[in-house]
Amino acid sequence: MAGNAERVKLKIDGVKKIYNGRTGKVIALNGVNLDIHENEFVCVVGPSGCGKSTLLNIIAGLDTPTEGAAYIDGKRITTTGVERGVVFQQYALFPWMTVLKNVMFGPRLQGKSPEEAKEIAMKYIKVVQLEEFVNHYPKELSGGMKQRVAIARAYAVNPEVLLMDEPFGALDAQTRTQLQQELLNTWEKERKTCFFITHDVDEAIILAQRVVIMSARPGRVKDIVEIDIPYPRTQETKMSERFIELKNKIWSEVYQEYLEVRK
Amino acid sequence: MEQKEKKSLLQKVPHWGWVLISFAAALLLWYALSVNPKTSRSFPFVPAIFEALQTMIQNGALGEDLASSMISVGAGFALGFVTSVPVAFLMAWYLPVRGILEPWIQFIRNIPPLAYVPLVVIAVGVGRTPQIIVIWIATFLTMAVTIYQGVRGVDNTLIKAARVLGANDTVLFLKVIFPATTPFILTAVRLGVSVALTTLIAAESTGAFAGLGMRIRALSNNYETAAMLLYIIIIGIIGLVLEKVIKFLEKRLTGWQETRSA
Repeated sequence: MAGNAERVKLKIDGVKKIYNGRTGKVIALNGVNLDIHENEFVCVVGPSGCGKSTLLNIIAGLDTPTEGAAYIDGKRITTTGVERGVVFQQYALFPWMTVLKNVMFGPRLQGKSPEEAKEIAMKYIKVVQLEEFVNHYPKELSGGMKQRVAIARAYAVNPEVLLMDEPFGALDAQTRTQLQQELLNTWEKERKTCFFITHDVDEAIILAQRVVIMSARPGRVKDIVEIDIPYPRTQETKMSERFIELKNKIWSEVYQEYLEVRK
Repeated sequence: MEQKEKKSLLQKVPHWGWVLISFAAALLLWYALSVNPKTSRSFPFVPAIFEALQTMIQNGALGEDLASSMISVGAGFALGFVTSVPVAFLMAWYLPVRGILEPWIQFIRNIPPLAYVPLVVIAVGVGRTPQIIVIWIATFLTMAVTIYQGVRGVDNTLIKAARVLGANDTVLFLKVIFPATTPFILTAVRLGVSVALTTLIAAESTGAFAGLGMRIRALSNNYETAAMLLYIIIIGIIGLVLEKVIKFLEKRLTGWQETRSA
């Protein structure tokens, strides 16, 4: 078993989510069960509208399940918590704050002094290589740089779990590859538990220890595929036979669900 | 090739060049209106305006009118602002408040203030009070709607991002929602100022003792068109100056905005 098999960090137990849409009730998630272990990197793939983001929001405490519950370290999740950092696809940087102020925001709320918060922020801004841009506003940054700031901001509160909602989805292929590599390097060093949503099968395989495939709406866990490719992984990994095997397997499963959506 | 050269020639004219051309054209048009027998009565030319300016300063009317109008506009706008901000936030957050207030705000907002000025005067008497009340109502309605839409439009992911970083309701309001709404508040101020000036003329239509709007009507009774035109120009200048002040504020306070890059 990949990852740290001993301890379950996040437990998703029979989570069902029903929305009251304009055209009636929409079942977004229908009984999702999933254990994510400490230090594990899990990617979730599935067709659009399968409830991936809803699941992430429930773990983040930004949404509540209609039935079932999510747990962190055995405690039921009812609200947000700084031990669960989130990176959003739309960056969600505060546009009126500079890069430095954005990254300092979390540490300041944790009661750190301005000096301490600045020190912490600078440390993570250096990790994402944006030292030269500390005093820039988000509007002056490219998409890739904005997402780097968002990642630094998430790291700055030192979360135990990173929840990432298609963080590289809006980026061009080259920037995406680069950020994947940076994320891999950081993860290999720190081994923070990672719950990463993507629709990009390549991205899921290169990053994850396990790939969770979700069914078309209503979302359930359709299959879980172990990615038995050893780290460190690089872009060359994508050329390996095993990678291509896994990619074909996962892709065909995801594709069935895409067809399901089109029906 | 030739067209390209022509274009570059036009592009060589600096911005102030166009402003100068614009002024010259306006003066020319004004002059044309002032000599045309059909329009000369309504549009006396520059010298007559200066003469009127002198007279109005000397007899003290201009100073009195300016002061009176600015006090009414200032007080009415200030009241409109301090009441519209909390109401807009309450409407955006609480469905009952929205449900009860919104239809009436929309209803009254579409009634020209001129229509209800007499009612206000009958209720509170002549003088400055009805002017302030009418400007208050008009600016409040415009600004409440604008700010309310701004608060509702605050990007939800920013709120989520702040929450997951540990923000409670107070922090969320002070550090996220309020700054995110600043551009809309400034837009509301801009619209409010413009509405305040428009409403001023209506507000001074009944039972005013001084004021730019009151004077224009009084002058019109004697066909004193030069002084009337002078007052109209003064109102325009006040509007422009206030607009510039707000633009400056916007630049200082909301320069971080993504839009308006082109």
